Amino acid sequence: MTAVLCLQRLARREISASALLDYYLTAISSRNRELNAFLHVDETGARRQAQAIDHRRAKGERLGPLAGLPVAIKDNICTANIPTTCASRILKDYIPPYDAHVVNRLREADAVIVGKTNLDEFAMGSSTENSAFGPTRNPIDPTRIPGGSSGGSACAVAADFVPVSLGSDTGGSVRQPAALCGVVGLKPSYGRVSRYGLVAFGSSLDVVGTLTTDVADAALVLGVIAGPDPRDSTCLRESGEDYFATVEQPLTDLRVGVPREFFAAGLDSEVEQAVRTSLSIYERLGAKLVEISLPTSPHALAVYYLVATAEASGNLARYDGVHYGSRITGTNLLELYEKSRGAGFGAEVKRRIMLGTHALSSGYRDAYYLKALKVRRLIKADYDAAFQRCDVIAGPTSPTTAFALGERANDPLAMYLADIYTIGANLAGLPALSLPCGKSQAGLPIGFQLTAPVLQEERLLRAARMLERQLRAKP
Amino acid sequence: MSVVTSRFGEAMTTPYETIIGLEVHVQLQTRTKLFCGCPTTFGLPPNSATCPVCLGLPGALPVLNRHAFQLALRAAAALNCQIPQRTKWDRKNYFYPDLPKGYQISQYDQPLGGEGYLDIPRRIGIIRAHLEEDAGKLTHEGNLTLVDLNRAGMPLLEIVGKPELTSPEEAKIYLEEMAGLMRDIGVSDCRMEEGSLRCDANVNIRVGDEVTPIVEIKNLNSFRFLERAVRYEASRQYERFQRDSSFRFGKVPKQTWGWDEVAGVTRPQREKEEAADYRYFPDPDLVPIRISPEQVAAARAEVGELPSQARERLASQYGLSSYDVGVLMGMGRTAIAYFDRASAACGDSKTACNWITNQVAAVLKETNTTLDAFALSAERLGGLIAAQKRIGLSRQQALDVFAKMIAEPLDADAAISALGVTVVSDDSAIVEAVRRAMAANPKAVSDYRKGKKAAANSLKGAVMKELRGAGRADVVDRVLQTELERHE
Repeated sequence: MTAVLCLQRLARREISASALLDYYLTAISSRNRELNAFLHVDETGARRQAQAIDHRRAKGERLGPLAGLPVAIKDNICTANIPTTCASRILKDYIPPYDAHVVNRLREADAVIVGKTNLDEFAMGSSTENSAFGPTRNPIDPTRIPGGSSGGSACAVAADFVPVSLGSDTGGSVRQPAALCGVVGLKPSYGRVSRYGLVAFGSSLDVVGTLTTDVADAALVLGVIAGPDPRDSTCLRESGEDYFATVEQPLTDLRVGVPREFFAAGLDSEVEQAVRTSLSIYERLGAKLVEISLPTSPHALAVYYLVATAEASGNLARYDGVHYGSRITGTNLLELYEKSRGAGFGAEVKRRIMLGTHALSSGYRDAYYLKALKVRRLIKADYDAAFQRCDVIAGPTSPTTAFALGERANDPLAMYLADIYTIGANLAGLPALSLPCGKSQAGLPIGFQLTAPVLQEERLLRAARMLERQLRAKP
Repeated sequence: MSVVTSRFGEAMTTPYETIIGLEVHVQLQTRTKLFCGCPTTFGLPPNSATCPVCLGLPGALPVLNRHAFQLALRAAAALNCQIPQRTKWDRKNYFYPDLPKGYQISQYDQPLGGEGYLDIPRRIGIIRAHLEEDAGKLTHEGNLTLVDLNRAGMPLLEIVGKPELTSPEEAKIYLEEMAGLMRDIGVSDCRMEEGSLRCDANVNIRVGDEVTPIVEIKNLNSFRFLERAVRYEASRQYERFQRDSSFRFGKVPKQTWGWDEVAGVTRPQREKEEAADYRYFPDPDLVPIRISPEQVAAARAEVGELPSQARERLASQYGLSSYDVGVLMGMGRTAIAYFDRASAACGDSKTACNWITNQVAAVLKETNTTLDAFALSAERLGGLIAAQKRIGLSRQQALDVFAKMIAEPLDADAAISALGVTVVSDDSAIVEAVRRAMAANPKAVSDYRKGKKAAANSLKGAVMKELRGAGRADVVDRVLQTELERHE
């Protein structure tokens, strides 16, 4: 059921918020053990919220735009008095004293916070296998990964545990699991949504995004969470727009840019075929396909793994066993640090902290970190040039469909390739979205990615919605 | 060889030159911390002035305190620093329990203040001035270490001076001048005992063509400690220099020592196990700041007259002696403004300066008030000085009127009539009094006539006594002189 439908039925009092919540809690209790989408379900808190909303509705009070809508939150987004673990042993028992900005916004809109979803530890990964609390499974085929790092959030929507969840996207962590689970994943422009309360991984790349069953729902939720926040200096001053009000309006004279680099070696043929079919639908709708080039895109992965890990090495320094989180004491301070961090972090997090520390070290900083910043500017310039010739850029979200659990666990480089098409939008700060555009012969979802110029979420959503309607209208 | 002044004031010669550069940390006088809304009040219960941001909780983000930035810019302007068009924030990464985020937000390669100088009055170069957040405070109790993060995130301006100071005395003067300036322009209260002014000293010595390695001395908690520590350290280095030929600049890395005030010695602090690599990088949570020419102009306007400029003006405009200038400036910039206004009101700057540096300063000290809060305005003081001269008030009368004017908001004439102060200026009455006084003090008269001119003072006292203190001072002087000379 889409969020829009849920809200309609709630508004018409065809169903109460409590009953709707019960429906989803039942789904969670029947299948979460198998899928491990949720790390924490706040049943008591959610019921209390739902009852309060029902009560207020009965009294005829004015309610927020998401009144009674159950929402799941990725477990790297802070929720007051609800555990926020980042799927890490080091924050196993951590309970934040405050709500993230996006959680504030959801509560103000009267959404019901159902619980916290699984992720790759500190959002570092593309399969949700790097969780300290066990992997999440793909609800379409539980032998496969759901993608990552927002695998729990994508799984929760795909498995009908909640109509909407929030994720975070640093290099594709919302879009890639959305593609692999067959849902819609929206990554807004950098700075469109406040990061206050999102536990930092790569601060110059991190964005809170949405996972929904369709594009209209993404527009609805983005309208609630977007906009300025004085607590985040990198949050843009532009106010959010009512994306939901315009999302059903198709775009005319749309120019769809198709980067030739996104259809090169490494792209699964079934994925390519589904994406090309969608491109032809655009043509049928009157859009013009424009072949474009993003010549520096082959370097995006390398740049990403320098910038993101460098920032992460600083961001994760605070988990030192001194002030909060798990602590293992030693005979001196150094040992306390070594033991707490050694036991608290998983292998992938350690790998990235070491990569980032190295990239910033004296003697290597110029060759790695500073050079990566320069190439990042070139990548952004590529997008700027491309958008002179087209309105949106289209291509696959992920080079393959969902792979099997454990398949790439011992091959970090193969794992990193899962993000090859999604990283560019993070490096350039652009809004991008993945929507399901078909299935493989094995029945696995395939994602279609659209990218728009910075702050052009409205265009992005309208372009996506016009395609989505055609795809869903098919028999 | 170098001539320095010993603590007893006489010139001493040492066989070496001392080279001193100070790193001064000034805590900015803001209501809230540098990157969050927590109060900067001193002495609150441990960890009570904290929030997710200064505790470094996951997900919290810093937001720059604009007022702190404005004060830092004002300080940079006062130190004649080059101010760039753009400045940014960097993370300085290191692990320590007083540093909750595992990095300090500081400024690395684009500080808001570039090269500058401070005239003390000798010109001492400034290398840079940058804004950064303070760390927390650790207290060791037995084998426990307690962490108080109230201080974490306090706004600090680090001012790095060039190694151009040449004696312990000069180092102390530099720090005093720096503190006075920062107080004057409202940037910091510079209370060393509360940690709002801190100082590290880099010290080495030159002997002939040879130079010793630099030692950084930490924990200099007072102006006096600074002077003592530097003097001790220089002599220690000279002693070591003489017996150890490897104790030369470049042969030994820079060391960090601490000052032990009780023992009166510097001691090595535990060396870090490896060279620190702070892995600076731009803080992605903060945006770079553009500094407009208008902002720089506004900062310079806020600074107003620098001490060095005031020093020059007081001497040239009013002809004050360098001693008077020094005493007046020691009272801070409000005293200079007060003096300017009092002088203008009475037209006698020398007398105005004397009143301010003596009587006014004494009252301020007795009542523990500042000039801003002083009941007697500069204009009314000027009025008193003018009236004293016009009417010929005696010293005691003027002091009585002064006290009356502090106690009540009266102008000088009203205070004089309220006190019923009268002045005898009738020549014949004064001649009478002088003659009576001379008759009663024949010894003083004969002393005077033998050449002991000071004897006139005791006679003057006697005359005033005859006149019950109401004699017009200048007339008494003139008549007394005439009478003494007349019978010669």
